[in-house]
Amino acid sequence: MFRKLHESDAPVAIEIDGKTVSAEVGESVAAVLLREADAWARLTPVTQSRRAPYCMMGVCFDCLAEVDGKPSVQTCLVPVCDGMRVTRQCGKRRI
Amino acid sequence: MRQAEDLIITQVDLLIVGAGPAGMAAAVEARKHGLDVLLVDEQPSPGGQIWRSVEAGEGRDDILGSAYFEGRDVSKAFRACGAGYLPNAQVWQVDRGFRVLLTSQGQPQILEAKTVLLASGAQERPVPFPGWTLPGVLTVGAAQILLKNAGQIPVEPVWIAGSGPLPLLYAVQLLRAGGRIAGYLDTAPAGNWRAGVVYLPGALRSARDLIKGLGWSAVLRKQVKMVRHVTSIEATGADHIESLRYKVRGGPDVVVPAQLLLVHEGVVPNIHPALSLGCAVSWNSAQHCFAPQVDGWGETSVENLFIAGDGAGIAGAKAAQLRGTLAAIRISTKVGRLDHSAANGLAGEVRTRLRKELAIRPFLDALFPPRAQIFQPADATIVCRCEEVTAGEIRSAAAVGCPGPNQIKAATRAGMGPCQGRQCGYTVTRILADVQGRAPAEVGFFNIRPPLKPVTLGELAALAGRSTGDNQGLFEDTIGSADPHVVE
Repeated sequence: MFRKLHESDAPVAIEIDGKTVSAEVGESVAAVLLREADAWARLTPVTQSRRAPYCMMGVCFDCLAEVDGKPSVQTCLVPVCDGMRVTRQCGKRRI
Repeated sequence: MRQAEDLIITQVDLLIVGAGPAGMAAAVEARKHGLDVLLVDEQPSPGGQIWRSVEAGEGRDDILGSAYFEGRDVSKAFRACGAGYLPNAQVWQVDRGFRVLLTSQGQPQILEAKTVLLASGAQERPVPFPGWTLPGVLTVGAAQILLKNAGQIPVEPVWIAGSGPLPLLYAVQLLRAGGRIAGYLDTAPAGNWRAGVVYLPGALRSARDLIKGLGWSAVLRKQVKMVRHVTSIEATGADHIESLRYKVRGGPDVVVPAQLLLVHEGVVPNIHPALSLGCAVSWNSAQHCFAPQVDGWGETSVENLFIAGDGAGIAGAKAAQLRGTLAAIRISTKVGRLDHSAANGLAGEVRTRLRKELAIRPFLDALFPPRAQIFQPADATIVCRCEEVTAGEIRSAAAVGCPGPNQIKAATRAGMGPCQGRQCGYTVTRILADVQGRAPAEVGFFNIRPPLKPVTLGELAALAGRSTGDNQGLFEDTIGSADPHVVE
């Protein structure tokens, strides 16, 4: 859906659902998700519909995903780090 | 997990929430008077939304324009002012007195402060229309943040639908960056220029901003398909937007293929923290939103709690800096670091500049009103994105006599998800007002209770360990409220 205007000087690798993806330190995890061919972050708990990052400023909660094992992380607020593991969140979370 | 006894309680004169223009200006001013200041912010670097990633964005100055990189000097001054700065911090509870509970880098923390300044800015107004939850539909603000934070633009030609200066600015920035615009659907209602013109004399005091805006429109008219007086839009698709249907006043439906749609209908103050503290708010009919009641310094109905910037009513970045400065001057007096006459002396010049900044606002409010569709969406439209509650369900609950937004929430679950009504609150208020023939001001907004952001039980438990000491009962509010956000 989106593309970067520049080549990163020092790209890092993160994992999205087990697939290795190139990213740039400092950009948000949601920004990386929006460059994927399948640009979505979670399935809703009620109707299992796909949702993607929508507001990018922490107020819609549609970019929630599991990051390094922590569920319901607002990926638009989390900057990328090398080796980060992101899992799209499907349905209700465990408590 | 960190043990409870390792938690550090910091006590400061002034705790600021938000590192945008208002928060940074306030920190700089308060430090001039020797206050002990701590600023906490959700983002990894200072700037707020308007200057998001401004410290890293140097390579994109040509695209983003001068108003953006002006933020770099402000962030430099803030970094040098000696205020404590805690980035990546999610504030999820503020108690009167003041005690602030937040999570930073996965660790819960408690902070205490004599005074608090909420500088948590604005959010884009929720814009419910059929299909607005589909991947491929984003806000214009989101697209601009992606440009600022990640240097990225849409791959395919993008549709922009909305009203306000932001879509005009983003469209110009996108063209500068080499992006393509499939079409620009201007949703400002017909007659908006007539409504705006009475405020033009005042607006002329901000001639620089006016000229800038006219320049954006001129660029777009030459290069982009512009459709005016669009009254409704609808996105359709299975797992992603595939087509866009729109209607022009008095015309037939138009359907076009679409891979990305950006929407925007103005911005509203981020009132959740203020509401959770019980600040009095009032309805601003020119801006179609609630805003906290503040005095000439930004102090709310809760003593020693201040709000500056767009969180106290939309006025833009320059006004936000001035309002942040005013609040910090008054706070310096309140904590005994500045006498009253010195404070009044300092404030005089700031207020003169603020009046000039505010002069264009009534003109902009009249020129860019939100389109009516978003206040009264059709029955099948999802209103509550989190719990997937439709306008029809809310209308039915309103028709059987739910007296207020909180009863609508209990009856339908609208507003009960993790966003806590940030995306459905205004629509619920508007639907209730319409069905029951009441004014939005009278209907009010959801009750907002902590936690303001989703918190894990682990984070709560780590803090709850403290309540055996002098913080007995600290978390009764949070745990007792048993809001579902705790367990998301």
